Amino acid sequence: MDKFRANLMVCGGTGCVSGGGLKVKQAVEAQLKEKGLDKEINVVLASCSGFCAMGPIMTVYPDGIFYQKLTPADAPLIVEQHLLKGKPVEKLMYREPLKKQAVPAMKDIPFFNLQVLRALRNKGLIDPESIEEYIARDGYQAAAKALTRMTPEEIVKEVKASGLRGRGGAGFPTGLKWESCANAPGPVKYIVSNDPAVFMDFDPHVILEGMIIGARAVGAGKGYIYMRNEYPLAMQRLQKAMEQAREYGLLGENILGSGFSLDIEIFQGAGAFIAGVGTALLRSIEGKRGMPVPKPPHSTEQGLWRKPTLLNNMETWANIPPLILNGADWFRSLGTEKSPGTKVFAITGAINNGLVEVPMGTPLRKLIFDIGGGIKKGRTFKAVQLGGATGGILPEQLLDIPATYEDFARAGAIMGGGGVAAMDNSNCMVSAAKFSVEFVVDESCGKCPPCRIGTKVLLDKLVDITEGRGVEGDIELMEDLAREIADTSLCGLGQTAPNPVLSTLKYFRQEYEEHIREGWCKAGVCRPLATFHIDAAACKGCGACARACPQKAITGEKKQPHVVNQELCIKCRSCWEACKFGAVQIGPAGLRQELIDRAKGAVAAKEAETAKGVETI
Amino acid sequence: MPKLSVDDLKRIKEQYESTFNLRQGGYRAKVTVHMGTCGIAAGARAVMNSLVEELAKTTARDVIVTAAGCGGICSKEPMATVEILGAAPVKYVHLDAEKIKRIFREHIEQGNIVEEYALVVGKETSY
Repeated sequence: MDKFRANLMVCGGTGCVSGGGLKVKQAVEAQLKEKGLDKEINVVLASCSGFCAMGPIMTVYPDGIFYQKLTPADAPLIVEQHLLKGKPVEKLMYREPLKKQAVPAMKDIPFFNLQVLRALRNKGLIDPESIEEYIARDGYQAAAKALTRMTPEEIVKEVKASGLRGRGGAGFPTGLKWESCANAPGPVKYIVSNDPAVFMDFDPHVILEGMIIGARAVGAGKGYIYMRNEYPLAMQRLQKAMEQAREYGLLGENILGSGFSLDIEIFQGAGAFIAGVGTALLRSIEGKRGMPVPKPPHSTEQGLWRKPTLLNNMETWANIPPLILNGADWFRSLGTEKSPGTKVFAITGAINNGLVEVPMGTPLRKLIFDIGGGIKKGRTFKAVQLGGATGGILPEQLLDIPATYEDFARAGAIMGGGGVAAMDNSNCMVSAAKFSVEFVVDESCGKCPPCRIGTKVLLDKLVDITEGRGVEGDIELMEDLAREIADTSLCGLGQTAPNPVLSTLKYFRQEYEEHIREGWCKAGVCRPLATFHIDAAACKGCGACARACPQKAITGEKKQPHVVNQELCIKCRSCWEACKFGAVQIGPAGLRQELIDRAKGAVAAKEAETAKGVETI
Repeated sequence: MPKLSVDDLKRIKEQYESTFNLRQGGYRAKVTVHMGTCGIAAGARAVMNSLVEELAKTTARDVIVTAAGCGGICSKEPMATVEILGAAPVKYVHLDAEKIKRIFREHIEQGNIVEEYALVVGKETSY
């Protein structure tokens, strides 16, 4: 193969590609050609680096210089300065949010250097469309070991000893699941992966390899990968990976000459949240409506077409190859006793967004403030929602809890898919809960009444409170109802749906009370429950609020305190966001009329005075 | 395409390994060709091209080639700095396509400094 003096890894993740990454790649390639460097410098459309907030991204190796937020117009500068003359382009490098200094190398950026990559070990490093690059990074070595040097019992034993827990959310011990499926009577068994779309950006083969090992362990000859049709790029990459694996005989008959055979098929689903529930996903593959069924029997005994089925989450599959290659002790060398290994988190919200992997037990604070870079725009941290839309919302005082299944559950949150959504002080907790419940109402499959009806009633109450119709007793009613839904729903979706409500009622109860009793949303998110006005003492008269106001409701002389015309104000909060001095205040709903009356009074008094002045002349 | 055996996996891995040493920055030897305006004008491009050709021919997997700015002694360009891990770096001057090939073979592959082209040993390191 050809050798190159430098490799330019242009991130080919969905985020960077939709941000124009492919155009950046083309521009760089054109420039290299123009300068005659195309024979010595290689451009690779690489797997996702996870730092989606900074996309489009390109990393230059061997020096490891990390360029961010690129446009095609940056290509000439990079090629001319860095690649031709060897001077990295400082203005395109990453800067830490609170510091001005540019950080040139990837290894010096906290977002990257605080991570430990196992499931995502190839992220940003290989071309996700090249099976050879995967093999070069020890790819399919674990499958070779499992197929030729281990018995199925030994594989199950290793996975059990590792303490690996299902990364899909509930954290059920993977080894026990495998054992149960291995012990179920054959001969027909299936293995299934839930939607691995996110892995296609990094590493499609790791899912296939994990599934080969799992199939060997439980004795399955047929596998399905459930893909949502919402990510065409992911689908394309998986199809390509499977073609390559078939050509190399890593799927199909007699894999690696071991005598073991496995075929895997892609099943395209319609992209429903409920497909995150195992039994619903299996019904969908059977061609039925994606709805859960009661357990037991468990899927490991009666799953797909009532045959024993091993269904694991994509991240669980991705953990299998390194675990088999390096052993259970290695796996346990990171993480905690009950939650060993590492975990992938999708960090979003008011911090640097991206996909990261850290050892289990890493404090939330580190995830949010060190890796996520902290809260932006000079605001302060208010809450974090863990585990996605059905996860609990936790306050600042719980930020020191370690990220493990047990600690999350104890705090009223869930691991879920590993979502970490940080919210700053501009968020209203009642609205945040409403937003989550709204999502569940849309996604509930409707099979069981607690979820179908209960969540709708919960939503109605939340809408009432945010629109100023809340009454005494609402809080208690919601608490009872939420517990009922959690206890009596059929599947994980309904059981976790009340988490956002229960957790905010527990940690931010005062906010609910302020909404109901004082008609006051202190964050100014619930429009009917806020009045925006300017504190004359704090106002510098800079006019930033007046320029931001779409209603032209704010007036005032330069360097003089400004005033909000309450009758024009639509409570969009633009003034509050624009003010750098904290002079825009958010008062309760009742203040509005008071301010209108006061303004009218002032006008009347002024008129009276003018009239008086005229008289004296 | 033939079906793979366990040995084939190993073969593919070895074949592609060098790419990853480069991407991960793990290397034994590093050659920096000084490509400032002066270097380019004096013929650094030809030196670089020749070096990359040599790199393509070798079986060594732990050598990286980079470009850097002006070496500081414009009158002696084209220049290159060879750094072997654990040894002092060597600066070579007045290079051309043939000289760099000899440096690659003798210094990088065999560890013998080509004294007749060398200006100085020591000083700046990058690791």
